[in-house]
Amino acid sequence: MTRMNKREFLKGLILFLPAGGLLTSVAREAGAKPEEKRYDPANHLYGMGIEIDKCIGCSRCVEACKAENDVPKEPFFFRTWVERYVITKDHGVIVDSLNVASKASRETPQDDRDVLRSFFVPKLCNHCANPPCVQVCPVGATFSTTDGAVLVDDERCIGCRYCIQACPYGARYLHPQTKTADKCTFCYHRVVKGLLPACVEVCPTQARIFGDLKSKASRLVRFARMNKIHVLKASLNTEPKVYYAQLDGEVR
Amino acid sequence: MTPEQIKGLYELLEQITGFIYPNEIEIHWSILIVVYPYITGLVAGAFILASLVKVFNIKEVQPTYRLSLLTALAFLLVAPFPLLLHLGHPERSFEIFLTPNLTSAMAMFGFVYAWYLMAVLLLEIWFEYRRELVIRAGREVFPLNWVHRALSLFSTDTSEASAAFDRKAIKVITIIGIPSAFLLHGYVGFIFGSVKANPWWGSVLMPIVFLMSAIVSGIALVVFLYMVLTAMRNEPIDMRCLDKITSYLFYAVIVDFSLEALDFIHRLYQSEESVKILGKLITHKLFMSLLVLQILLGMFIPLGIMILAKWRKFNEDMRKLLYFTSVILIQLGIFSTRWNVVIGGQLFSKSFRGLMGYKMEVMGIEGLFVALILLALPFLILAILIRVLPTKRLEEEAPTAA
Repeated sequence: MTRMNKREFLKGLILFLPAGGLLTSVAREAGAKPEEKRYDPANHLYGMGIEIDKCIGCSRCVEACKAENDVPKEPFFFRTWVERYVITKDHGVIVDSLNVASKASRETPQDDRDVLRSFFVPKLCNHCANPPCVQVCPVGATFSTTDGAVLVDDERCIGCRYCIQACPYGARYLHPQTKTADKCTFCYHRVVKGLLPACVEVCPTQARIFGDLKSKASRLVRFARMNKIHVLKASLNTEPKVYYAQLDGEVR
Repeated sequence: MTPEQIKGLYELLEQITGFIYPNEIEIHWSILIVVYPYITGLVAGAFILASLVKVFNIKEVQPTYRLSLLTALAFLLVAPFPLLLHLGHPERSFEIFLTPNLTSAMAMFGFVYAWYLMAVLLLEIWFEYRRELVIRAGREVFPLNWVHRALSLFSTDTSEASAAFDRKAIKVITIIGIPSAFLLHGYVGFIFGSVKANPWWGSVLMPIVFLMSAIVSGIALVVFLYMVLTAMRNEPIDMRCLDKITSYLFYAVIVDFSLEALDFIHRLYQSEESVKILGKLITHKLFMSLLVLQILLGMFIPLGIMILAKWRKFNEDMRKLLYFTSVILIQLGIFSTRWNVVIGGQLFSKSFRGLMGYKMEVMGIEGLFVALILLALPFLILAILIRVLPTKRLEEEAPTAA
């Protein structure tokens, strides 16, 4: 067994102290990393852009949404859906929802020669900045987040359905299992992790653009710069954050 | 979700005409929400009839004073049940009191209700009956004497001074009570009238229309109950009282009709974006309940009958028959009014492009059967209340007892 003399011990100490200090600071740095990266809602304001002309009506967004968010499979509950508009030469307007086989939609086969123009309109909760649903909720279960989403706390909702009545867009339904109000969340659980909402992720034509209105580099800001945009039912002063490009006047 | 519910929704799908937003297929506010404003309307109307005696000193109406108060109480006690049964989570309803959202009209329900029940109705009834309960308790045997003693809150004072204080208190409470009754039912109208998304509901006139129809239905109900009660007791009807009340009823129906006509004409004349779908709603979905039941049977015919009864000098029996028919028709009409507002407002799409159907459950918790029970319950409560709190004053009772 060799014994360490005084000189070797001091040499080791000189090397050990700075190395130990470095290691500690590295470890501190590493520990602090998630702290700095923690999601801060105050830094974001989300919205969605929809380019009508790009929508091909494939309804993959609807399917993705149902799968991602446990929306009941029956065709009566939607967080997002796609409407088809057919405007005929005699200025008739025929609308149906691609995802619901209603009697009306089954009975209106179109003769191509009569069609003046036709297009698809994806719909979802508009995450209004001035939301009537939040205003009327008696217990504050529906609320606006700092980053611009309108959410429902299903552990607080009493199921009175006043919000469903107050929503001008038909974006809400009563979830048959939880008996609470349910609606699009912009896939909030994904967004806070830096992911895109499911409907945006799967859209094959990029008709849906999701982004942060507070970030200059955001695709949504670019979308708003490059297009003339419109919102649904602007006269109701709900200030939607779903922005449509090429929106037809017939769309309600 | 049960297979029956899914089947029900597929059946509703067949009833759709035009286009509706896919989530709109379910009618969310069912028959129970029709019953709720109907019942609160009866409360407000009955209370306002009672206050005619105390505030406006209309002596002829005195025989119905106590009956009106008890009717208001019986119906008020039942009023929260349709709301509770309708909630998806009734066990969370207390959250309305704990964490009310102050911008929500509905969050005010608990406070308006508690104020009206505790501060107005119960207090007024207590002051009206206090002295009499003390005297009755002294004369009666167990258990009624104890019930009366407890109801008088163990008061013992029967002096003239205490009675004078009671009268004064009643006057003050009634003066506070009239705006409170207006608040109770006006606020129910506001819940509907403030929904800007729904053009059938969103009208500034809604609270006032609700209020006038409440007065109509409340007065009609008290007339009905008064006539039934006197018949059951084999007593003569005070015709001066009946003539007076029905003349108030007549004017109330006219004001109510004028307001609704104003609302209708205003919508038609403004001819906004929604006018076409609302026109279709009336002709396709509400023809029976709006035009036939509410307007023809519930307003025009009773008005005609009452004009006839006043104009022609009919004898008492004939007048009684005419009044009785008209108050029943009016009741039917006001129930239809509530139906047309609540259900009617949910039968058209907010896209203004289509109409939906409503298939009422029969046995379910939000169905016809429960609604009928809730409508019958106040009468049962009233029967018990009248047993405990007689509608006749002590001094009126004496000659019959002798």
